[in-house]
Amino acid sequence: MASKAKAAKFDAIKALESIEKKFEMVQVLNEKGEVVNDEMMPDLSDERLVELMSRMVYTRILDQRSISLNRQGRLGFYAPTAGQEASAIASHFAFEKEDFILPGYRDVPQIFWHGLPLHKAFLFSRGHFVGNQIPEGVNVLPPQIIIGAQYVQAAGVALGLKKRGEKAVAATYTGDGGSSQGDFYEGINFAGAFGAPAVFIVQNNQFAISTPREKQTAATTIAQKAVAAGIPGIVVDGMDPLAVYAAVREARERAINGGGPSLIETICYRYGPHTMAGDDPTRYRTSDTDNEWEKKDPIVRFRKYLEGKGLWNEEKENEIIEKAKEEIKQAIKQADDTPKQKVTDLISNMFEELPYNLQEQYEIYKEKESK
Amino acid sequence: MAQMTMIQAITDALRTELRNDENVLVFGEDVGVNGGVFRATEGLQKEFGEERVFDTPLAESGIGGLAIGLSTQGYRPVPEIQFFGFVYEVMDSISGQIARLRYRTGGSYHAPITIRSPFGGGVHTPELHADSLEGLMAQQPGLKVVIPSSPYDAKGLLISAIRDNDPVIFLEHMKLYRSFRQEVPEEEYTIPLGKAEVKREGKDLSIITYGAMVHDSIKAAEALEKEGHSVEVIDLRTISPLDIETIVQSVEKTNRAIVVQEAQKQAGIAANVVAEINDRAILSLEAPVLRVTAPDTVYPFSQAEPVWLPSHKDIIETAKKVLEF
Repeated sequence: MASKAKAAKFDAIKALESIEKKFEMVQVLNEKGEVVNDEMMPDLSDERLVELMSRMVYTRILDQRSISLNRQGRLGFYAPTAGQEASAIASHFAFEKEDFILPGYRDVPQIFWHGLPLHKAFLFSRGHFVGNQIPEGVNVLPPQIIIGAQYVQAAGVALGLKKRGEKAVAATYTGDGGSSQGDFYEGINFAGAFGAPAVFIVQNNQFAISTPREKQTAATTIAQKAVAAGIPGIVVDGMDPLAVYAAVREARERAINGGGPSLIETICYRYGPHTMAGDDPTRYRTSDTDNEWEKKDPIVRFRKYLEGKGLWNEEKENEIIEKAKEEIKQAIKQADDTPKQKVTDLISNMFEELPYNLQEQYEIYKEKESK
Repeated sequence: MAQMTMIQAITDALRTELRNDENVLVFGEDVGVNGGVFRATEGLQKEFGEERVFDTPLAESGIGGLAIGLSTQGYRPVPEIQFFGFVYEVMDSISGQIARLRYRTGGSYHAPITIRSPFGGGVHTPELHADSLEGLMAQQPGLKVVIPSSPYDAKGLLISAIRDNDPVIFLEHMKLYRSFRQEVPEEEYTIPLGKAEVKREGKDLSIITYGAMVHDSIKAAEALEKEGHSVEVIDLRTISPLDIETIVQSVEKTNRAIVVQEAQKQAGIAANVVAEINDRAILSLEAPVLRVTAPDTVYPFSQAEPVWLPSHKDIIETAKKVLEF
């Protein structure tokens, strides 16, 4: 008779579940705009609360206008942002001017609010080098197209800030799909090993183009990947501006005080397509899911909250909408007025001192351009 | 002056620049307390501290990202990739990112990064240590690629590379690390990037080469001289950009040329040198420009290196074909 198998001393499933339990989503405002978590309530003045709402409304209009301008052929590459205002704008609201932002391709609003002029954001979309010429003192890089690269670079920026003794952080963003990349893991692991002041944000908008979040990983949260780097991770309701702000602010404070990096997963949703380059979300998403997420709209719930406090009304909102539309109009005009790119410009931007091959080619194109 | 091996000259250049510029940072896998797997960074952490010379986790892509991030904060990173066969892990950081930073930001940022990495055959290394992958780097706009063949050149070129405000790939041939000593000045000096050197003058044939093949080419030239052929040997030193002036001047004088590289025929940069000569000096040529290269297989299992790597005999054979064309 076979001997009875000994009961396992180690329960691996239980160990996994105990880790997962530590990554439950935190929220401050529910869908009705009610405060459900006083403890996490960030310390923001009435003025700052209104400013945050204004930026979110502005960004929603920027998205609507960008989609429209793209359809008219007046913008090029564009990755819609509607739905992600709490995740993108409230997280950015927690950073300071001296912080350095390494955005992904969908994170144009963050660098705009950090100081990149709007017409440059539009030139980025169209594909013009002037769009990526960052004004002195604005600590951002252009939107990163290689998913994950901004993560390893953020570790380097953060280490640089630490070595310089700056009280500032490197902040970077990727999506749920991006968390499958090697550079994602290397970035958070390097920052952890160096104790570098970095805030890594994963905007989990449920889909990487058509691939649902579940197909990226069997992990129940992306935040728990922080465990692999030995750094703190947190899951926040990414449709809740106050929860996002509170989590990012806490991570920033800890980082500038020598506490090392954090990973923050924001659970959110993009209402639009992946990009405007022919993606059709009806192929992979149902209108039921869209409707369900629209009920969670960050602007709706924050509006209710602020109206309840007497800080917001329709008149104020319309004022912001008009301001946004006017500034967008001006910025597009400024982008239109930017001189066209020449090959000699592109050559000049390659090196501090041109090598022989580019010197030769510069002369050839200069001649062509003079005709 | 001191008698130095190439590895000592490299350490000396790193020490010189660590002293000269507090923004210079040396980092990589085992470059700190261990002094590097080849002792290239020996004693540097002790002298300059862990803030300046430090180890990293084992991840090449992360090292590349670290370099670009540090450069945005005003540092002058000198990262090491332990063996250049591992460059595939860091291709995006190098070719997709570092090489493009100045251009993509219209000059708002730049990457004064020097990536040091050993490569090269003849020392029976395990898989993917010795591969000659300089051709990949030479095809990337935004990079300069430097390959010294002597202790003197290594020091002067490395100092220039570190001081360059654009990215430089500095490839160090493992067989040359300790194969011979040379007089190297103890003080600082630079050798301009993009400048070749005529290592041996001649009238009948130009051999254009770089890396370990410089020495095989000189050996071949000496043998050919005994048979009455005067052979010029040009060490490119920088393989991207090429020193067109020196190459063309030599070919116009000798009217015959071969290009010698350790890489496979479909790799390396020999084809580019041939094309440039064809473009610029075809009327001077009395014979086609032939190439000496390795066969187009994967880098050999270590025991097969002697039959696979190009040797001075291959160079003599090809030189004769051109001389007798």
